[in-house]
Amino acid sequence: MARKVPEINSSSQADIAFLLLCFFLMTTSMDVDYGITRRLPPPVEQNDEDVKVKERNVMNVKVNKSDKLLVNGRPSDITLLKDEAKRFMTPRPNDETAPEVETKHFDLVGDVLMSKGVISLQNDRGTSYAMYISVQNELARAFNELKEEMAWQKFHKHLDQLSEEQTKAINEAVPVRVSEAEPVEIGASN
Amino acid sequence: MGKFRKEGKKEVPQVSTSSLPDIVYMLIFFFMITTSMRDVELKVKTAMPKATEIQKLERKALVSSIYIGPPRDAKLGTESRIQLDDAFARTSDIPDWILKERESRSEADRPFLTTALKVHKETRMGIVTDVKQELRKVGAFRINYTTLKGSALEN
Repeated sequence: MARKVPEINSSSQADIAFLLLCFFLMTTSMDVDYGITRRLPPPVEQNDEDVKVKERNVMNVKVNKSDKLLVNGRPSDITLLKDEAKRFMTPRPNDETAPEVETKHFDLVGDVLMSKGVISLQNDRGTSYAMYISVQNELARAFNELKEEMAWQKFHKHLDQLSEEQTKAINEAVPVRVSEAEPVEIGASN
Repeated sequence: MGKFRKEGKKEVPQVSTSSLPDIVYMLIFFFMITTSMRDVELKVKTAMPKATEIQKLERKALVSSIYIGPPRDAKLGTESRIQLDDAFARTSDIPDWILKERESRSEADRPFLTTALKVHKETRMGIVTDVKQELRKVGAFRINYTTLKGSALEN
């Protein structure tokens, strides 16, 4: 006659499961990372010739080691940078001092007047990272506002409501033209 | 109406706990799926600056992080140091580390590898520039300056 196996008491199963739960709660993290995504340029060849860019097409932004800003040789402030960058990148065909403009055709958005301007960013080795991020953020904000305006003008929609193709078209029509200069010491004066 | 009155004890029956393990297991599975393992023990402080124009870092498996900041251990001074994986490193260690990170991903994923720079806000740009130069040399062009959400003007 087969012996009767006593039933295993399962009342401790809950405790075991709680232990496992505590383990997972402690060893994992749920935090989501956010950040400013950038693409680094490929390394420059030593014998590469300098690309000549017309002076009116460049907006020079320099940050020194005491986190002070210099925009086109004039002292500026971080709170003004976004509007200055936006004004610079807005195509103004009749202004001699503004960057040159060209008309290009893109799918979906059609003919677009584009500024040939480039924002050149140069920072000192002593600049604080917080300031660098602030500058990057303000420049990105200027471009995002231009994109937003273009999206509204062409599609009557906000930037985050556009379809994937429309976003791509806008990104092509308003390229983020921020170039970072090769690192040099700028010094503390100014 | 005494006819319908139930006779005998009126105790509340005991709540059955036999489904409790199932409920807890469900919670476990929820946490297992939504969270990711904490990968490194931080040896440097990374109080990151704030920014507004930020994107979410998609696909965490394709992100390798470089931590830069002053050491947590006060004995090591306040000068910013680089941390790769679990140890301090020098800028010259970065190319090898990037190659190793690439090696550990499948061939199809390698072009989408992103390097997240988690840098303390008081760090000087010199060390960050050096790191960026090393990344350029080794062809890791996709980078992300990890920041917190908030107005950049408060930094």
